[in-house]
Amino acid sequence: MDIELRHIHKHFGPVHANNDISFTVKGGRIVGVLGENGAGKSTLMKILSGYQPADSGDILLDGVRAAYHRPEAAIAAGIGMLQQDPLDIPAFTVLENLVYGQPGGLFLSRKNAQKQLGDLCGRFGFALDADAPIVSLSIGQRQQLEIVRLLALGIKTLILDEPTTGISAEQKDILFDALRKLSKNEGMSVLLVSHKLEDVIALCDEVVVLRAGKLVGDAQMPVTKAELVRLMFGQELAPQTRAQVPLGQTVVSFDKVTLRGKRVTVENFALDIRAGEVIGLAGLDGSGQELIARACAGLIKPQHGTIRIAGKNMAGKPYRDFLRSGVAFGAAGRLEEGLIAGLTLTEHIALTSSDEALVNWPRARDLTETQLKLYNVRGRSTDTIERLSGGNQQRVLMALLPQKPVLLALEQPTRGLDVDSARWIWQQLLARRASGTAILFTSPDLDELVAYSDRILVLYAGKVYEIADAGATTIDELGHLIGGDFQKAAP
Amino acid sequence: MSKNRTWFQVVFAVAPIIVSLAITSALILTVNADPIAVFQSEWNGAFRSPTVFAGVINFWMPLALCSMGLIVTFTAGLWNIGVEGQIGMGAVFATWAALFVTLPQPAQIALEIALGFLGGALWGALVGFLKTQLGVHEIFGGVALNSLANVITIYLVTGPWSPPGGASKQSTAPFVTNALLPQISADFPVSLLMLILTFAAIIGVILILRGTRWGLQLKATGKNARSALLLGVPTTRSAISALMVCGGLAGIAGAFRVLFVYQSLRTLVSGGIGFLALLVVLLVAVRALWAPLIALIFALFLGGSTRLKIELGLDESLVGVLQGLIVLLVLLASGLRQRLSERDSGRGDLAGRPYEQPISAEQQEAVPHE
Repeated sequence: MDIELRHIHKHFGPVHANNDISFTVKGGRIVGVLGENGAGKSTLMKILSGYQPADSGDILLDGVRAAYHRPEAAIAAGIGMLQQDPLDIPAFTVLENLVYGQPGGLFLSRKNAQKQLGDLCGRFGFALDADAPIVSLSIGQRQQLEIVRLLALGIKTLILDEPTTGISAEQKDILFDALRKLSKNEGMSVLLVSHKLEDVIALCDEVVVLRAGKLVGDAQMPVTKAELVRLMFGQELAPQTRAQVPLGQTVVSFDKVTLRGKRVTVENFALDIRAGEVIGLAGLDGSGQELIARACAGLIKPQHGTIRIAGKNMAGKPYRDFLRSGVAFGAAGRLEEGLIAGLTLTEHIALTSSDEALVNWPRARDLTETQLKLYNVRGRSTDTIERLSGGNQQRVLMALLPQKPVLLALEQPTRGLDVDSARWIWQQLLARRASGTAILFTSPDLDELVAYSDRILVLYAGKVYEIADAGATTIDELGHLIGGDFQKAAP
Repeated sequence: MSKNRTWFQVVFAVAPIIVSLAITSALILTVNADPIAVFQSEWNGAFRSPTVFAGVINFWMPLALCSMGLIVTFTAGLWNIGVEGQIGMGAVFATWAALFVTLPQPAQIALEIALGFLGGALWGALVGFLKTQLGVHEIFGGVALNSLANVITIYLVTGPWSPPGGASKQSTAPFVTNALLPQISADFPVSLLMLILTFAAIIGVILILRGTRWGLQLKATGKNARSALLLGVPTTRSAISALMVCGGLAGIAGAFRVLFVYQSLRTLVSGGIGFLALLVVLLVAVRALWAPLIALIFALFLGGSTRLKIELGLDESLVGVLQGLIVLLVLLASGLRQRLSERDSGRGDLAGRPYEQPISAEQQEAVPHE
């Protein structure tokens, strides 16, 4: 299906999120949509997939003007979107998730659905068990289910938002093969929103680039990574260097720790974290890495074993005791765990900056202004936090973290951030590391793990494999390790 | 845009009241009465004499106290349905002092009021303990403790504290004058002390929520307890202390009901004031400044309703109909306003919303604690 966007405009208050965007996607083509955080990519994709209407402008599908304002109407028109977080219903099985959105009568036909599932999985090499509950699936499998679901609804255009985050190398290959088959053999048009330029280079036929709400460039592939970066930022980024920091004493140590999660258990885990050390936790979503990060901050109680901070056993103590001992935690879901929607930036700063019984509002406001400048946040002190873009929220979260913690335990510190914002966050983190802070972080992004870790722990189903020298590993090796292939790695 | 917005706010505040008056008028017309006369009688009813107006004030004070307490708990994200029981326990504690302690009057009354506060605060703390330590949702805990407070009152009134000679067993013996709150005058029977306490509570709650760290922590806990905890807010302490403050204010309201209105302890001492206060706070969308005003309007309506029957031969439940309509329409209007303003600010997309209809923060997940 051909899609033509004509002069799309969208305002959010004073922000012109989409400013006169026009381009065409031909059937059978895979188009990458690039741009830094806040460039307007998500807004445009939401307009295209019916989640929100444009202020003005037209969408033409195969030359016919389309008007739809709801996702189900967009799907009926042939456009489906694969969200970054799969939109399945955890309590349902695979088959139930497949059929719930399908039009039809009161009674669902299991047999038809089962046949449909089998056909589609067979065509793309997906391995999905019809009766498996969603909670037992990996992110990659849930994504496959979502694609099958959309295809069963008869879509002719597929939009994908960051589809390779949190899936293994093998699952990525399967996904890319499926997308190529869909576009080349079946004439489907595919739009890929991604910050991972490698993925864009590997998959796309062409790219369009947005900056500050405007379409600023397009290119036919192949194009080098450097050129893509120049298109996105208007300049090339200097390679980030990482100064060597001498490691200090052990600050946090795990001994014979057992952590039980909903899906995995990490058993008999031992780890010494030294001052100034950066430890990356790799693994597919739910492999146990988040258990370790959270146990570091006292958010999960270990079943057995000791967690010592500065020599003192803290296992079983509440979170606030860990916080007082100098461990700070940053969660992956910023607005769920970390920031408070409905509170202004000043209120956030006031909440964390002092202990006095009366809030000194003028001083809190001044401090907020200073912090906003220091952390380069685009936002006003009177804005509520949810009005900021994801990248700016992450910057605020950085500003709220204690200045010199003993250990920073971070879940996906650059989740959803563009290259530039991600580098900026790491600059801040490395600066704290230089003053002796140890950093433990999880990431679904293998590049990030290799680039910033001193050591990497790979988790698979609760088992741990240690890469003692992160500098000596490769993305490829890590990709196999997170898939559980511990044998392949050199001992 | 900003001029537009003010206009928008005013329309949404006034429209539901006008519409509910219109619907009530239509209802009155169907029974062949004159709506204008009804509303006139309503209005005049509340102001017809200083004594009647004093009744309005005496109803308003405990209602306003409970409303201010609920402002505190709602700020902390808690549905303190247990406010009824907290009124009851305040009344029970104050009654103990009124029956069994004899002190010079100022000390006597100070002790009674303090015990009223304590009784309510303890009952509130219990809700908080159940919630934060045992994971019992505050609504269920509150409902259970309401019943329990009721049972305790019935037991005391019919058992150990029943008046000598048995009497009717509906209430304790009347308190001695020394134990009662004095009234301003026989023509205007209002407790000055209670009036002062009520205004102090209104101003105090407004100031505390605006200017103190505790207030800010409550707000943070209420908006997102998980994030608040991670930012270092003692969320358990926030929740329990909010419930204690609300319980304490409700306890004072309960003490007032027994020490002034009934002059004895009886069953169902709150008379539904706690639930009415919940309604008030929901209607004003937890805006502290508006709560006492709306509480006054409710008190005026209820004060005037008794005249309806006498003057126009209409049932006083008509006021209930009008009240119910206002509640319904105000809630509808606030839902509508939310939808429109979301569309305005570009947050009307479905991405962040699990349901097609807007949901309130209260419907979201239960609050986690340390």
